[in-house]
Amino acid sequence: MKIGIIIKREYLTRVKKRSFLIITFLAPLFFAALMFLPALLTLNSEKFDEKKTIAVCDESKMFVGKFESTDFNTFIYIDDDITDLKLRVKDGEYDGVVYIPGTSLNIPVNAEIYSVKQIPMTLVSYIRSTMKTTVEHEKLMASGIDPDIVKAATTAINVQSIRMSDDEEKETFDEFELMLGIFLCMIIYFVIFLFSQQVMRGVIEEKTNRIIEVIVSSVKPFELMMGKIIGIALVGLTQFLLWAVLTLAISGVASTFLPAQDVFSTGTVMAEQIEEMSEVTDSQATLQMVFDIVNSINFKAILWCFLLYFIGGYFLYSAIFAAIGAAVDNETDTQQFVTPISLLLIIPMVCSGLIASAPDSPLAIWLSIIPFTSPLGMILRIPFGVPIWQVVVSLSALYVTFIIFTWLASKVYRTGILMYGKKVSWKEIFKWIKY
Amino acid sequence: MNYLEIRNVNKTYGDKQVLNDISIDVPRQSIYGLLGPNGAGKTTLIRILNQITMPDSGQIFLDGKPLSPNDIANIGYLPEERGLYKKMKVGEQAIYLAQLKGLDAREAERRLRHWFIKFEIQNWWDKKVEELSKGMQQKVQFIVTVIHEPKLLIFDEPFSGFDPINVNLLKNEILELRDKGATILFSTHNMSSVEELCDNIMLINHGQKILEGGVYDIKQQYRSHKYEVVIRPSQSELEIPQGLTILATEKDANGEMHITVESMHANELISDIIKMGEIVSFKEVLPSMNDIFINLISSSNQR
Repeated sequence: MKIGIIIKREYLTRVKKRSFLIITFLAPLFFAALMFLPALLTLNSEKFDEKKTIAVCDESKMFVGKFESTDFNTFIYIDDDITDLKLRVKDGEYDGVVYIPGTSLNIPVNAEIYSVKQIPMTLVSYIRSTMKTTVEHEKLMASGIDPDIVKAATTAINVQSIRMSDDEEKETFDEFELMLGIFLCMIIYFVIFLFSQQVMRGVIEEKTNRIIEVIVSSVKPFELMMGKIIGIALVGLTQFLLWAVLTLAISGVASTFLPAQDVFSTGTVMAEQIEEMSEVTDSQATLQMVFDIVNSINFKAILWCFLLYFIGGYFLYSAIFAAIGAAVDNETDTQQFVTPISLLLIIPMVCSGLIASAPDSPLAIWLSIIPFTSPLGMILRIPFGVPIWQVVVSLSALYVTFIIFTWLASKVYRTGILMYGKKVSWKEIFKWIKY
Repeated sequence: MNYLEIRNVNKTYGDKQVLNDISIDVPRQSIYGLLGPNGAGKTTLIRILNQITMPDSGQIFLDGKPLSPNDIANIGYLPEERGLYKKMKVGEQAIYLAQLKGLDAREAERRLRHWFIKFEIQNWWDKKVEELSKGMQQKVQFIVTVIHEPKLLIFDEPFSGFDPINVNLLKNEILELRDKGATILFSTHNMSSVEELCDNIMLINHGQKILEGGVYDIKQQYRSHKYEVVIRPSQSELEIPQGLTILATEKDANGEMHITVESMHANELISDIIKMGEIVSFKEVLPSMNDIFINLISSSNQR
């Protein structure tokens, strides 16, 4: 089969390129960095700092003994004059001094920290919260309320959202699904653009090289066009596969080098974020929640949908882009055709927030069924769970449109590739379709 | 026996008739010239033969059978607008193009090595095309055109872009290919190469056939019965015999007279001239293909 020879060339010449290798190996490093850096930074920032000695100059005398020394910070209470202490900080005797001025009302609300080097944010917030609890405690006592009663009255409320289907009830985690949907949507957006533009550039290259006439005397233009589209699709899938494998490999290697407690650092970070969102303080419960989230998402369905929509969307757009490449003489002329087509892909991108926050709204449903927007629109909704009939309708529409447009594009392509030196308009292109 | 026969081919783009009822017979193992000014329809006709474009009506026979998609392997085509992938290595690219013509990779490589040795370009194999000069690329292009040993070769302006040395090389290769059994169709403006190479020609203008036939026959058909004679006069004063139509006379530094004369019968002319002095040379002035071409095109454009 000649189309096989074409696919092979299109695939090999791209995969052997240096830029392909660089992107393939750098991107997973980048992904891995994205996964581990936040964990490293938030969990280990204190470890990277040396132990600090902080002097406390408390004129109000309210906080004596309240700041507790830890492995990282030592608090020393000194009654000396603050100006003298400041000098001693400058001399390097202390890393910093906390100055709490006395007030007439005897309710201190201000504190100052003097240091030569920047004091870590964690230390500042520790001082703030300690002062807050102490002052609040004092105020409650002054009003004759037992602080223990207030503590007992504080309640964490946990609201669970449970979606019902015929056979099961499932807990849902909207925030996570939203993030996943938008992440997948962005990936699909970039790869469709990246690879269908490569198809267009390939067509223009053949045209400006003038090799096209030699080739179409050996193979049908349709075979050449499809060979190119399929070859580049395989390049894209190869890249995905390598990314997935390499990201997993790098994550695996990275986690063996990190302390045991950080192995699930991403999980921990996620747990912390959820902790903030849901105000669940029990860490055991939050870890359980992370597992619940992971279990609640149907990853297999998402993966399949992702592949089907990527392939459908890519084929549809790359057929159109191939026709555009054939119609013009060089890349600078492509803009007038590329811009309106790109808009079709940008619409669901712009609406992604709207779709994800209301995945069952009419706008979301229409954008996920109309073929040009469905690859993005549907992928946004998939993590939330979509009725199967909608997926079937949307996919069928996408693939039927892809077949129709490939057929139309091949007509434009056939005429366009042998046409030189002509400024082509939309009107001209529609005429070629009729030939 | 004709190898290629084109029967009543018509092609219209929009409302412009590009080919109007064109028929051609190309004898086996001959070189056939397709002549005509720019926009005459040559390239369209060639694209139809290569099955890049479909004719609106008419038929094409190759070796007596209607042209079919399988005939791609029987045709080698060197287009006027030609090129190669710039970033691809020469050898790799040649194998790819040969594979598209239906050769398997190993056979393609074997034949290519042979050709590369013949053209003394073995060391180009692993070079990228963009590293080669234009003339070098043309050589590679020629090899790629003939690598699958097609029975019909189509050259569209083959000599454009070649330097004189390579033009010569190419002419010899074309003649050699014909002697080995190939039938060659070539389209050109280069009239001197037509006279040198072609057995038959066809002249088209505005999609219409104006003239067709053997190069020798056409020249005979368009002879103007003019002769150029050089004589050494027997007397100082030239005596012109009765009934001779002298068109021009000129005396050169050696005292020889150059006379252009018109006559229907060469032998009678000689017996007349012999009286005037000693004949140094005598030859018929035949119109060049270039003159015929220009005359016919300008008169057909006037109509």
